Amino acid sequence: MRQVAIVGAAMTKFGVSEKTNLEMFAEAGLEAIARSNLEPRDMEALFFGNCLGDFEEGQLHMASFAHAELGLPVSAPATRFESACATATVATRHAALLVGAGVYDVVIAGGTERATKMGTPLATRTFAMASQAQHESSAGITFPGVFAMATHLYAHKYGIPLKDLKRHMAGVAVKNHYHGSMNPKAHFQKKIDIDMVLGGMMVADPLQLFDCCPFSDGAAAVVVANAGKAKDLIKNPIYIAGMGQASNGPLYLQKDLTRVRAREASIAQAYKEAGIGPDDLDVIELHDCFTIAEILALESFGVYDFGKAYDAATKGETALNGARVVVNPSGGLKAKGHPIGATGAAQITEIVEQLRGESGPRQVEGACIGLVDTLGGDLGTVCNIILTNRAN
Amino acid sequence: MEYKITFNHYQQGLEQGKFLGLTCNACHSVIFPPAAVCRECGSSDLTPTELSGRGTLRTFTVVRVAPEGKKPPYIVAMAELDEGPWALGNLINMNPDAADMGLIGKRVSLGRHMVKGDTYASDDTWVLTFALKDA
Repeated sequence: MRQVAIVGAAMTKFGVSEKTNLEMFAEAGLEAIARSNLEPRDMEALFFGNCLGDFEEGQLHMASFAHAELGLPVSAPATRFESACATATVATRHAALLVGAGVYDVVIAGGTERATKMGTPLATRTFAMASQAQHESSAGITFPGVFAMATHLYAHKYGIPLKDLKRHMAGVAVKNHYHGSMNPKAHFQKKIDIDMVLGGMMVADPLQLFDCCPFSDGAAAVVVANAGKAKDLIKNPIYIAGMGQASNGPLYLQKDLTRVRAREASIAQAYKEAGIGPDDLDVIELHDCFTIAEILALESFGVYDFGKAYDAATKGETALNGARVVVNPSGGLKAKGHPIGATGAAQITEIVEQLRGESGPRQVEGACIGLVDTLGGDLGTVCNIILTNRAN
Repeated sequence: MEYKITFNHYQQGLEQGKFLGLTCNACHSVIFPPAAVCRECGSSDLTPTELSGRGTLRTFTVVRVAPEGKKPPYIVAMAELDEGPWALGNLINMNPDAADMGLIGKRVSLGRHMVKGDTYASDDTWVLTFALKDA
């Protein structure tokens, strides 16, 4: 495999948008191409992410229209990826695999989502479509419900009183909203406190409103290039050091939801390829769709032992200037927002900017190695990308 | 490769109050609900079996913000069946507001209830239920 680099990355503001899926994607995509000092005609393929365009806008086959919106040449194939919330990371991984294999030199990847258009009842219904239809979504399980069940399992398994665990989970929300307050692209840019989290409406016991990420609109895109060419394009390419992706089935086959086996398999692949371990990470953008999800992820990475990450945020270990490793400096899905088809490319955008030292007030000083972690469905897909600002 | 028990066959079993599964002849695990191959070892050498319908509750949630078409609050739970597999279903015969951590580890008996299809998933489906043994 050839070494592969990210030469341009961009995202729209996340939040509530009046723009169409295509308009948002073109904004992000054209900016990513411009930041790469390239033109749309230079793109050899589009790896396009979108989950719910059919429900949001009655639009299937959106990849070919996104291709047209960007002005890509007819010879550049556009392919749609759908891996629930992990969509754009999976799209980017496949882009990087084909560039690494020498099929293409320069391609664009990313995604777009316009989830707020659906309203909460339909959005909740369509998100639940990412659970197994015959045996699980038929029982009325929702995404907050999945992570709520994981929370109860976690409290029971590790003997942590639920009240204490919830206070520590609230600490995750407070930290990520604090980070989001420094991100002008974030859906929510206001700090919150633990009492606000613990006073929120109950969504799925024991998860309250501020334990949950929002439905958001937004798009993000990255230009992926052969590393040999990257240095000719821009002065500070960010290199892909390792990648992983793994799959697991429905919840009833996963059993103990505190162990995200797909993530454990995915991160092992990424660490191996990069030749690093958890202690080498300077900055992490991980899939905090719910507060408990950040805790589970840090344990899967080996940054903390199993059963030990629950109080990382309240101890200040994962905040900007924290003692251990900075987690979700962008605000994460919690505060930055979660337009599901776009999220992974926005996480990559944040890590690229962090490794270039471009993150302003939320810059992680001296960050050299960053991890992107995106989870899709009810723990059934995980994709990881490790990025570095140092060439091999 | 032919399915020993299709989803439709499994549903007919549920309608009659039977919990149809498979036993793997290679590694002796029980597969429930039925599938094409054994999840543990990948073998397709499977023999139909009927499960006891008893288990232990492992986790739960009370859904209060529901998908379009569902009426909250209701309880979704996972139980470990005595034969080994875990199952997801609705905990019934219980006030959702009374659900707490004390449920975990409680013995449950398996049942089923009919969930009507909606615009997107048009099949009416028998869904597993759990009821506390001492309730």
